[in-house]
Amino acid sequence: MAWLRRNLVVIAGLLVLAYILLPNLVVTIFSFNKPNGRFNYEWNQFSLDAWLNPCASAGMCEALGLSLWVAVASALAATLIGTMAAFALARYRFRGRAATNLLVFFPMATPEVVMGSSLLTLFVAMGVPTGQMTILIAHILFTLSFVVTTVKARVSSLDPALEQAAADLYARPSQAFWKVTFPLVAPGIAAGALLAFALSFDDYIVTNFNAGASTVTFPMYVWGAAQRGTPVQINVVGTVMFFGALAIVGIGQAIGARRRKEAH
Amino acid sequence: MAFAIPAGGARRTRTARRRGTFVPFLLLAPALLWLVAFFVVPTVSLASQSLQTGDIDNGFTLTWNFATYADALSRYWPQFLRSIIYAGSATVGTLLLGYPLAWFIAHRSGRWKNTLLVLVVAPFFTNFLIRTLAWQIILTDQGPVAQFFRSTGLTTVLQAVGLTENDSLLNSQFAVISGLIYNFLPFMVLPLYTVLERLDSRLLDAAGDLYANGWNTFWKVIWPLSLPGVVSGTLLTFIPAAGDYINSKLLGNTQTVMIGQVIDAQFLRVLDYPTAAALSFILMFAIIVLVASYVRAAGTEELV
Repeated sequence: MAWLRRNLVVIAGLLVLAYILLPNLVVTIFSFNKPNGRFNYEWNQFSLDAWLNPCASAGMCEALGLSLWVAVASALAATLIGTMAAFALARYRFRGRAATNLLVFFPMATPEVVMGSSLLTLFVAMGVPTGQMTILIAHILFTLSFVVTTVKARVSSLDPALEQAAADLYARPSQAFWKVTFPLVAPGIAAGALLAFALSFDDYIVTNFNAGASTVTFPMYVWGAAQRGTPVQINVVGTVMFFGALAIVGIGQAIGARRRKEAH
Repeated sequence: MAFAIPAGGARRTRTARRRGTFVPFLLLAPALLWLVAFFVVPTVSLASQSLQTGDIDNGFTLTWNFATYADALSRYWPQFLRSIIYAGSATVGTLLLGYPLAWFIAHRSGRWKNTLLVLVVAPFFTNFLIRTLAWQIILTDQGPVAQFFRSTGLTTVLQAVGLTENDSLLNSQFAVISGLIYNFLPFMVLPLYTVLERLDSRLLDAAGDLYANGWNTFWKVIWPLSLPGVVSGTLLTFIPAAGDYINSKLLGNTQTVMIGQVIDAQFLRVLDYPTAAALSFILMFAIIVLVASYVRAAGTEELV
């Protein structure tokens, strides 16, 4: 009984973690299903079909390619302009700084349906045809604030004495920046870029408003599939993304651990 | 620092100040341009749209028709109320589930800490629509979850409080709120983890030394110190949940329609742009009012 009391929080935590991971387990299991009919909702028979022919589902790989391209392009753009803005906000005191902070915060506090619809009203009013370009504009917009917030936190936590020390050691400002500041901020920039990629790749609501009729991203493809019939291939993509993310983080941590060991 | 050359130091601060007049604006320019062109201007455009009359074929003209707001509100107030209630319940749910998990990861997981954090975030990389569809499989009538609920009598309890309408768990308020809780749980766990991880464990020892029991230690020491994480977690959950309509569409029925679903339909299918714009504005306004009063009540200024 005492043991139970002591470990109650561990048990509760593990149960909640199971709740978080359960759908991914189901997605993985059902990627090996051979469904009876158009919907992959009931277990029928083990099969590797979907894994061996990932592009057999019409249009899915094109949608996946578009989503990956949009996610990479918008993450790069948002990271570049977001990092610049983060440095300005963290390092300088200037007129309008508080207002700028608020302007950066607002898109994060706006529900996606409002942001998507307001962008669509603008594009309609200006006569801009919706398509890849408008998706990209929208994705850079809603990932930008997250990049600024992430990088700003990292820059603010840096000790300004480090740059002063570099200057005292006769480093030019550009040298001090690239040799001291940038490497220290880099993890924050990487985290911001990764967050931007994930947000863009996953977005359905804003994209659906600004994609037009013929441009289909992967989330839009999944949404359409949910109405017409779910191909097993979407489970394959979901499984690969989940374990791919785990593998990348695992490799990153292993490299980090080895570096630390070598440094000692 | 001791060997810093005073003249050099002074020169550096002077140049920094001089450069400071335009450098920040240069750095900010692209981001500001983007935010103004694609966030501020569209919001103004949305406001203008909501006050126009006309239709999609003959075009819209600005007539300052505020009646659209009254019409929209009187027709769709149940969906508004439902969205706020569902988002509120989901926020409380994520807090109740997220707190023990965050505490467990921060203080009881030992060398598994990083692995567990990764496991909390990793599902994000599987598209959320695919994961929400997986809930349809999990909650299906013949599945083990539904059977467990039936055999323990939980089905009867859910039906008695009105969260489900019949024996099945799917297509009910219960499924929608559970889906919202599931989808936004990581947004609660991460900020909570951040504050709980920094909590000095000596404070707990001190509380124990002063004869506080577990309950008092939690309410008098841990909870107040974790408030900043609670506030940012609840905001990160409530705001997107209030506008979400994926869960209500995939896991709910016609009685669980949320306001996002109405806005989406008005914009993309009915093509009644003024009503859709008015609904968007009311939603944004409601969220700003709720969030502002909540933040004031919680007494935290630090939002971002």
